[in-house]
Amino acid sequence: MTVTVYVPRDTTALALGADRVATRLERGAKARNVDINIVRNGSRGLFYLEPLIEIDTPEGRIAFGPVTPADVESLLEAGLLEARQKHPLSLGLTEEIPYLKRQQRLTFSRIGITDPISIEDYTALRGFEGLKKTLALESQAVVDEVKTSGLRGRGGAAFPTGIKWQTVHDQPPGQKYVVCNADEGDSGTFADRLVMECDPYLLIEGMTIAGLAVGADQGYIYLRSEYPLAHAILDEAIERAVNAGYLGDNIQGSGRAFHLEVRLGAGAYICGEETSLLESLEGKRGLVRAKPPLPAIEGLFGRPTVVNNVLSLAAVPFIMDQGGQTYADYGLGRSRGTLAIQLAGNVKRGGLVELAFGTSLRELMEGFGGGTLSGRPLKAVQVGGPLGAYLPESQWDHPVDYEGFAAFGGVVGHGGVVMFDDSVDMGDQARFAMEFCSVESCGKCTPCRIGAVRGVEVIDRIRAGESFEKNLALLTDLCDTMVDGSLCAMGGMTPFPVQSVMKHFPDDLTPRQAVTAGGTTC
Amino acid sequence: MSQTHSPVADAWTPAQIQAVIDAHRSRPGAMLPMLHAIQDRFGFIPDEAVPMIADALRHTRAEVHGIISFYHHFRTHPAGRNVVQICRAEACQSVGSRQLEAHALKTLGIDYHQTTPDHEFTLEPVYCLGNCACGPSIRVNDDIFGRMTPAQFDELTDELSTTVVEVK
Ligand SMILES: Cc1cc2nc3c(=O)[nH]c(=O)nc-3n(C[C@H](O)[C@H](O)[C@H](O)COP(=O)(O)O)c2cc1C
Ligand code: SF4
Ligand code: FES
Repeated sequence: MTVTVYVPRDTTALALGADRVATRLERGAKARNVDINIVRNGSRGLFYLEPLIEIDTPEGRIAFGPVTPADVESLLEAGLLEARQKHPLSLGLTEEIPYLKRQQRLTFSRIGITDPISIEDYTALRGFEGLKKTLALESQAVVDEVKTSGLRGRGGAAFPTGIKWQTVHDQPPGQKYVVCNADEGDSGTFADRLVMECDPYLLIEGMTIAGLAVGADQGYIYLRSEYPLAHAILDEAIERAVNAGYLGDNIQGSGRAFHLEVRLGAGAYICGEETSLLESLEGKRGLVRAKPPLPAIEGLFGRPTVVNNVLSLAAVPFIMDQGGQTYADYGLGRSRGTLAIQLAGNVKRGGLVELAFGTSLRELMEGFGGGTLSGRPLKAVQVGGPLGAYLPESQWDHPVDYEGFAAFGGVVGHGGVVMFDDSVDMGDQARFAMEFCSVESCGKCTPCRIGAVRGVEVIDRIRAGESFEKNLALLTDLCDTMVDGSLCAMGGMTPFPVQSVMKHFPDDLTPRQAVTAGGTTC
Repeated sequence: MSQTHSPVADAWTPAQIQAVIDAHRSRPGAMLPMLHAIQDRFGFIPDEAVPMIADALRHTRAEVHGIISFYHHFRTHPAGRNVVQICRAEACQSVGSRQLEAHALKTLGIDYHQTTPDHEFTLEPVYCLGNCACGPSIRVNDDIFGRMTPAQFDELTDELSTTVVEVK
């Protein structure tokens, strides 16, 4: 009898030694004369348990983790291949692990279960069902279904996806494009990467549905160059999807066409901003374009273009398969469906948590995350990427939803939650926000290009105690100028983390030694 | 550990560069794919490629320069045998990447964007590798490593080093 063992192959599992775990398992099984079939599945996103290996049993899969290469021999000794659960790394049935069981996985329902590039695995778990339903519908009915779902863009700005699609749909027939924003530049986010590495057909299906809905026959995935593994997996999946008739000139014999290509970025954060991304795709420097015109009207190569984040597009197959209303039934207020929360930074149990909008940050950080990795008290959390505010403890009980967060100056963004313990120096974090902007600004407008450089200098002077009050007032002014005068949200939001530090962690901005008027340095 | 793919490939000739250019010139938005292909093949984008690219895509040389210099990924000089990228972004900061950074700069004895005199290592900053739940993260060529400590960093660079250590 052959024993099936799953060893994940996403970037994080590999970064923690999954390849060596697989090699040692193979060697160990051979030495014991056991026939084993190692499946390289995607990750469940429970990164604190990676590499998380699983054994198939009639009762379901049994998990062991985190398994280092050095653990493999003792696991085999303890009867891993007979699915005995005596080893300390045994976690029982995977599906019963509370971290996973308590989630509401709609978009990530297949993640980590399947071999990412196996079309059979994909279709066995309802893959391409949404596409099949789409092919039987008029394009307007598809757009309507997405509107019903209440889906809003998961890339940051939370614009209603159905309305964006409607605009492109309503443009006169002719060349149109679907562009997937796979730049995922925010620190603390990895959900796009998980979709692409662990369930690539989901993105392919979502983009194809988008193409059919708006009348576009060409799609591009603009992928950041920092994700080499996602690149290889996507290329392979696209080729297989073409061969299986899910992409190409005649999708599933419908006579309708959709083509897909991956294009690599080149290490520029600003190319996540949609107009800058389009410039980059056209082969230019990634300078932000003034809006209007909207990309939906004049986008890639001047043609109507849907630009959506990976997670927005990945939500669509479920919506088409199960109905927009089913999706909309999850959530809170105007934030419908589920959000992929990414627990990162100084966290004990980091990973992906997909839940309906409305859970509190505290529940996420403590209930799921288990507090800090260091075991020290949590001090601050940055939600929504490098342009998001740092939130102090008084703000951790708000339920996560777009409007609720905006009301107190928080940013949900792409759902990244980066935790910091009490050893963090928030002055350093404020300075870094400005420094990051000065490195990554596209340079088109003055408040951002010059403001960020001045921002670093002013913060340095404040921290050195030089004309403390005066420079603090100057920083306040500078932040206001950047917020009000910048062309895009890069310069417009960089002050958010800085202002949040000034407001909630003012002690970290004062120099360490007492400051007298006129200033002394520390 | 999986096999790391060194970015340094062959030396180049104008004819080889032209062949890469010709393979990409007719694609819509050919510039980035073309620059990637040149860098992947030759390890960097030689100055001599600039007029050839400009010619193929009907740009000015200044425009091509502007594009290459805009993107952090492209380099105009050969890199060392191993390109080491250290994540400088927030999630990694929260678990000690600032200390790791300081250690790496000190032990390699170079600053960011520089190459060690023995051409073993080029150091680059990177802002997030998507491994933010298990930082600090670094990338060496195409491999990513998580939960990196200064001690592990030394081990890794030792393993990657081909220079024979003198035994006294
Ligand atoms: C500086 C900046 C960086 C951005 N980075 C990303 C990104 O990495 N990925 C993304 O999907 N959206 C990013 N966005 C948001 C996009 O501009 C755009 O709103 C989004 O791709 C639209 O897709 P959605 O409606 O599906 O969210 C960024 C915006 C700004 C201002
Ligand atoms: S705010 Fe910054 S990134 Fe945005 S357009 Fe202006 S210079 Fe470019
Ligand atoms: S912040 Fe370092 S990997 Fe994301």
